Amino acid sequence: MLLNQFLVLSAVLFCTGVYGVIARRNGVLVLMSVELILNAVNINFVAFAYWHGDVSGQVFALFVITVAAAEVGIGLAIVLLIYRNRSSIDLGQMEQLRG
Amino acid sequence: MTTMLENVWVIPAIPFATFWGILFFGKRLPHKGAELGIGALSLCFALSLVTGAAWIDRVDNPPVSDHTTEQATEHATGGSEIDGTEHAQVAGGDSGTGIGVLGAAAIEEAEEHIAVDAVVQQWTWWQNGGIEFTVGTMVDGLTAMMLLVVTVVSLLVHIYSTDYVGGDRRYTHFFAFLSLFSASMLMLVMAENTLQMIVGWELVGLCSFVLIGHWWEEKPNSDAALKAFLTNRVGDIGMLIGVITLFFAANQTWSIVEINSMANAGQISHTALLVASLCLTAAVMSKSGQFFLHTWLPDAMAGPTPVSALIHAATMVVAGVFMVARLYGVFWDGFSIGTSNINVLAVVGGFTTIVGGVLAFVQADIKKVLAYSTISQLGYMVMALGVGAWTAGLFHLFTHAFFKACLFLGSGSVSHAVHSFDMVKDMGGMRKWMPHTFRTFMIGSIALAGIPPLAGFWSKDEILAGASQLGGGGDGYPVVLVMGFITAGLTAAYMTRCVYLTFFGEYRGHTPVEKLHESGPRITLPLWILAGLAIVAGLANLPGDSIVPDGWALRFEHFVEPTGAYFPAISHPHFSGLTALVSIAVAGLGVAIGYAFYFRQLGPHGLTQRSTVAKAGYTFLENRYYLDHLYTGVIAGGTKGPIARAAYWTNQNIIDGIVNGVGISARRIGLWVYDKIDQGIVDGTVNGLGLGAGAGGEVLRETQTGRVQQYASVLFGSTLVLALVIALVIV
Repeated sequence: MLLNQFLVLSAVLFCTGVYGVIARRNGVLVLMSVELILNAVNINFVAFAYWHGDVSGQVFALFVITVAAAEVGIGLAIVLLIYRNRSSIDLGQMEQLRG
Repeated sequence: MTTMLENVWVIPAIPFATFWGILFFGKRLPHKGAELGIGALSLCFALSLVTGAAWIDRVDNPPVSDHTTEQATEHATGGSEIDGTEHAQVAGGDSGTGIGVLGAAAIEEAEEHIAVDAVVQQWTWWQNGGIEFTVGTMVDGLTAMMLLVVTVVSLLVHIYSTDYVGGDRRYTHFFAFLSLFSASMLMLVMAENTLQMIVGWELVGLCSFVLIGHWWEEKPNSDAALKAFLTNRVGDIGMLIGVITLFFAANQTWSIVEINSMANAGQISHTALLVASLCLTAAVMSKSGQFFLHTWLPDAMAGPTPVSALIHAATMVVAGVFMVARLYGVFWDGFSIGTSNINVLAVVGGFTTIVGGVLAFVQADIKKVLAYSTISQLGYMVMALGVGAWTAGLFHLFTHAFFKACLFLGSGSVSHAVHSFDMVKDMGGMRKWMPHTFRTFMIGSIALAGIPPLAGFWSKDEILAGASQLGGGGDGYPVVLVMGFITAGLTAAYMTRCVYLTFFGEYRGHTPVEKLHESGPRITLPLWILAGLAIVAGLANLPGDSIVPDGWALRFEHFVEPTGAYFPAISHPHFSGLTALVSIAVAGLGVAIGYAFYFRQLGPHGLTQRSTVAKAGYTFLENRYYLDHLYTGVIAGGTKGPIARAAYWTNQNIIDGIVNGVGISARRIGLWVYDKIDQGIVDGTVNGLGLGAGAGGEVLRETQTGRVQQYASVLFGSTLVLALVIALVIV
């Protein structure tokens, strides 16, 4: 089994996530892209843990999943409130914090 | 009995307390505070008697065996008694011949002269740099004698004053300061160290200033007070320098006993002692009215008469004589009194007695006659100390206190009746109206003139005997001896003149004759007591040499003269029939001339009007040798003009220039600081910071678009750059 294959998969997932975060206007999709980024990182953790024969990377992955779940919970709640206030979840219109 | 010797400090403490008592509560008391003063002085007098008795007891039963234990207990109780080595001065014991008779005499002499040291109590006042400043008391025969003299005279002056200044506007104030005056003098005479002596010395000067200027509303009175004070300052400088010199010369001690002991033991260099003695002599000259700093003393007559009596008899002026007597070890060595035939102290004293005696002739004011007489008699005392006749000098102080106080109070009594002090214009024939005053004044005059057997004769004769027998080689001090004899004649003559002008002849006054009357009992009683003392005081030191029984002779010398190691080994003059006869003859001649000239109107009357020489002499004397002109006109005037001009110039040019320069430059600096620093730098910095922050914010706000995705791209972009840097540079 080659480590490279996992690293390539992880990189593809990461770049897809970054593209989603930067390019998509839909708030829910942005959050999903963030999940992609996090899972790309998880794949890296697990792959290297296996490769090194050390479980601490896998433990780290479990922590990341847990934190991601909480993050998505808060993120979706924010999106929901934005929608209630502005009837839209288009991030391109969210510029009230402009300096 | 010895408790009193150790706790003698209460004596000055009592009048000091009443001083404050009278000041604060005097006016509310029924007798306006006089009763407090009289009570205090009576108590002091009683305590002084106890002290005197205790001292006599100590001399008769010297504490030889118990002195170590005594010392131990003294240390335990916090005080300390300095007991030097007991040493017997065996006079003539080493001659080696005639063992049978002389030996017995020597033993007797030795018993007589077992050293009795002064009782010294001292407490540490404060310590500074290893030097201990102490306060304390020192009691020996001298102190005990002075205590008695001061308290007796002061008490009688208090009683006299209740009548004399009765109804005065500052009656209470007067008594308060009489108390302080007595307290200061009492403190001075029991001073244990030189610093304490200076304190007493200055306090006495201050009190005399206050009392001389008692009626300060009149300009001459306040001028006289100032003159007394300022003239004394001149001598006080000498006092300070002398005391400081002694302090350093005597291994940094202020203790009088130690300084004297070291001087006697030859542990202080002769030069240091000479310098200190000269400086202290200046102090004596001002305080005790010695020529040429005596000019304040006649002017001090501006004060009320009881004050004059107190100043001249018991306090102020005898302070100088007392100081010399107290530091006699210093003077003895400093002036080589025992071995020379002339020295500064003797000459100052001798010259002063003649100067004072001559001036007393031309005075019309009865108090001024007595003032110059005091100067003359103080000259005698200083002269006696100068020739080494310590006992004679102090004995003269003792007798003089009584008869001079008597004379002053008598003159006050007369002036009380005629409301003037001018003998020539306002008195004459007063004996008819004032029998008590007349008799007491006569007794005082005879005592002063030195007619036996009254007090003045005995003390003056001893001084003259001392001047003729003491000194190097037993040759005496011939110059001052002559001066002393001349003054004896002068004294008798001017007192005859004074008595004649006051009590004999025709009444010349302006007060109606019907109103002339004898003074009340509060004035005549002190007069009679003092007259009595003037008669008997001479018995205190009758000459020895088997003329009178040994138990009677030389009691004053026996009890008053210190015998401890702190007193130099002085020798004593013997009674000389020749000296006594000459002195009586001279005094008799003086009286005879005075009697013939004034009572019998013989001799060249009106000479001063006819002869230019005599007139010039009279004018010279009337102007008091022009010394006052010299002081105020030449010295003071000569210095104050240039000093004032120089001070004005300095003020205008230097001080004003400095002040103006400082002001102008301060203004210029202020303007520059406002313009450049405050407006330019400080404000510029603040404004610049604000503007810079604003501009920076304007630039940076452009980056804050508020769009989350833009932030994210910046984040990722930066992360990419960071990753590239790590990958390329670090790995």
